[in-house]
Amino acid sequence: MIRFDHVTITYAGAERPALDDIDLSIDEGELCLVVGHTGSGKSTLLNAINGLVPHFTGGTLAGRVTVAGRSTAEDPPREFAELVGVVGQDPVAGFVTDTVEEELAYGMEQLALDPVVMRARVEETLDLLGLADLRERGLHELSGGQQQRVAIGAALTAHPRVLVLDEPTSALDPTSAEDVLATITRLVHDLGITVVLAEHRLERVIPYADRLVVLAGDGTARHGDPATLLAGSTVAPPIVHLGRLAGWTPPPLSVRDARRRAPALRQRLPVTPPTPHRATNSATTASDSTTTDVALAAVGVIVRHGTVVAVRGATIDLRAGQVVALMGRNGSGKSSLLWALQGAGRRAGGTVRTGGLDPAKIKPVEARRLVGLVPQTATDLLYLDSVGAELQQADRDGASAGTARRLLDEIAPGVADTEHPRDLSSGQQLALVLALQLAVTPRVLLLDEPTRGLDYGAKAALVRTLDRLAAQGHAVVVATHDVEFATSAADRVVVMAGGDIVTDGPATTVLTASPTFAPQIAKILAPLPYLTVNQVADALGDKSAAQNVVPPTDSLPAQS
Amino acid sequence: MNKTHLSWGTTHALGLRAARLPRGLHPVAWWLWALALATAASRTSNPLLLVLIFAVLGFVVTARRTEAPWAKAFHYYLIMALIVIAIRVVFRSVFASGITPEDHILFRLPQLQTPDWYAGIQIGGPVSLEATLSAALDGLRLACLLCCIGAANSLANPKRALKALPGALYELGVAVTVALSVAPQLVESVQRVARARRLRAGRPRGLRAVRAIALPVLHDALDRSLRLAAAMDARGYGRTGTATRASRRLTGTLMLAGMAGLCVGVYGLLDPSVPRPVGLGGLAIGVLLSVAGLATGGRRVARSRYRPDRWQWPELVVAGSGLITAVVLAAGTGYDPAELNPGLYPLSWPTLPPLPTAAILVAATAAFAAPPPPQRQPPTLPAGAHP
Repeated sequence: MIRFDHVTITYAGAERPALDDIDLSIDEGELCLVVGHTGSGKSTLLNAINGLVPHFTGGTLAGRVTVAGRSTAEDPPREFAELVGVVGQDPVAGFVTDTVEEELAYGMEQLALDPVVMRARVEETLDLLGLADLRERGLHELSGGQQQRVAIGAALTAHPRVLVLDEPTSALDPTSAEDVLATITRLVHDLGITVVLAEHRLERVIPYADRLVVLAGDGTARHGDPATLLAGSTVAPPIVHLGRLAGWTPPPLSVRDARRRAPALRQRLPVTPPTPHRATNSATTASDSTTTDVALAAVGVIVRHGTVVAVRGATIDLRAGQVVALMGRNGSGKSSLLWALQGAGRRAGGTVRTGGLDPAKIKPVEARRLVGLVPQTATDLLYLDSVGAELQQADRDGASAGTARRLLDEIAPGVADTEHPRDLSSGQQLALVLALQLAVTPRVLLLDEPTRGLDYGAKAALVRTLDRLAAQGHAVVVATHDVEFATSAADRVVVMAGGDIVTDGPATTVLTASPTFAPQIAKILAPLPYLTVNQVADALGDKSAAQNVVPPTDSLPAQS
Repeated sequence: MNKTHLSWGTTHALGLRAARLPRGLHPVAWWLWALALATAASRTSNPLLLVLIFAVLGFVVTARRTEAPWAKAFHYYLIMALIVIAIRVVFRSVFASGITPEDHILFRLPQLQTPDWYAGIQIGGPVSLEATLSAALDGLRLACLLCCIGAANSLANPKRALKALPGALYELGVAVTVALSVAPQLVESVQRVARARRLRAGRPRGLRAVRAIALPVLHDALDRSLRLAAAMDARGYGRTGTATRASRRLTGTLMLAGMAGLCVGVYGLLDPSVPRPVGLGGLAIGVLLSVAGLATGGRRVARSRYRPDRWQWPELVVAGSGLITAVVLAAGTGYDPAELNPGLYPLSWPTLPPLPTAAILVAATAAFAAPPPPQRQPPTLPAGAHP
């Protein structure tokens, strides 16, 4: 169906090709998963399928890409519209019209299909994707998961034989993501569509994949059967690490597979894990909440946006040295709560006290010394044209010279002063904004969805940074959808729904209690309260395996 | 759901009733109706007739607008109309002119002495009832025109109206549609960045503040438009139709010649020294050539329309009711044309001429002729009821 014939793609001015001699063939009806670190060429590979690379992006293509026998070199991408459907990371960016029904029809209008055919296909697609109730709704009123399903539907109405999806679930909460992935697998199984999918959070997709393409990062790729490839890969979901630890070959890919093999392992494990799920300094983690001091106390916080109540009376204490994961579905009020706690966002009621002050009542310059917030779109804070200029600005804004640079080097070493902030990878951008916000040493640090678009390596680096901040006595809150990230980063988990805080407790309890928020290891080993592969490794006395999973935390002297 | 593509003959009997089912009326019908009313309004300064037009507009808009965001715009137009009237009255009072001895003086504003070379314009001074009234009536007429446009905007989905453009102007329509959807996103982007500024200290002022907001917003907008362009390309936008190189040349020639003809025609009509047939002929040839150009140009774009708005009898009635009003007020026969523009000297209560009044009321039938707008969320059928 799709054939890459010794394909090399080089962008103008790049030192090395983005894709180097890729030879790959994807058969009809396959679900092919593309993985690799940020910048390893995933998007290039996906966009080459319908010719957007190089027709739209520029660059040179050597070799041949053919889809159903047609070469992308000869025709522009629009001539592939009835053959290849494309769904991007951010569905909103690709919407052309403003209602669900019109968006579904747009592609067909371009193909000049007969109105009768169009109407029939729109109805079929509405049913197939469960969008019938939303047909007249505006695209901007929909939730993230619904928008992504509309984007998939809009690509499907042209009846393409190939569907290309670039990280379709990166912005979605676990439930919506499951929904979208279930839709995709259904398309593969029921309609026989060939799907090529890129995804950072392997654990969600790997059970469904027929073929895996691993981009090494230097432009080369390996491809083949997922289980075989993953057995030797460092980029792998926790379930594969567990399989390796337990000696299961080939490694299990779905929770079901693993659970069926797990009884023997459960027998070998002690009833309580010998080590905590996080390898932080236990003196500062808040296992005993009465001894650690409260860095920020919020009582009855209410946030309203017009008639919509985003947060209805949230009460929360943030403790020094503790990392809190704030979870909940899209639109449950997580961002509104974080902004209200910082003082920059609206607050219609309730009190927030930190350092004896209310951050909303003092000047922003002083508020950020008490509470730092990294917003969802971290780049909103960057407006100068070099990293060096941003760092200097941060120092001028109240830190002593060199502070921001030192922080950035701690978080993400090797970012040069001369680079443009917009050219950095998303992990480096996040590190830069974190350094800017930390330069004035706020005691409380809030992060809104920092893991979006981060690969495993960048996430592990973020976990290390948060650990260090907690050890230095910061109180940290991370709003996140990523269950596995929350497991490795958080001491305490707060779950919000409909503007209320519905659960607030130690990570171990909360994450093992509900299937939605449970990490893979917990699902496999339940009822044993294990959360991470490291805990299992420690219990089995196998230190070497643990080293593979999370890179060792570097030992920085704690300062207070 | 019935398939609505039976032939005209078989649907005709059904069509009479089917056309009245809840749906959006063809946007062109609403625009014709509103423009016709605007034409009518521009013919009169009789406050009674103008107020009657306002009443008709308000009535039809409340009866037939949808829940969509653009449909809520009518009251903004009303507010703008009030502002227009107020500005006119205030200016006329301050820059008083043309006050005759028999005017009724209401009050006197302090008068500013203007230098000799500035004679002719008087600032301040007496304010007369007649001048104020005439300003208010002028304002009222302008406000009425404004509200006619407002009514069309509230009743017809602007994006659907653009879809009614001929194929040759398709790209123009797309550009406007995209701009319309980008504008709110840009506003959202500015709000988000402005909010994020609070998180960064310093709060730059002046030029640096502009930069701190503009740079991320522009970056965002550029990024977004690139992604939109890529998405549109991937979905088949801009596929070439059946046009060949020769037909493209023909289109170009026809359009150029048509435009030249239009220019000659307009010039001929405006310049009295040019014989009238030259002007009229030029205009006619220009229009013909342009239409031919648009028709051949439309072949360049191969696309179809999803659920196109169809022109049915309610559309005819709506557009027709507006046209009747315009024709009656423009023709001025069957009643005394002076009643359309009653004089202020001597001051008297204006009369309500019966024929124009009836004509304006005819326009109100649009509210009954147009089918009701579709329900946003269809009410769920009771259990057991068959759909």
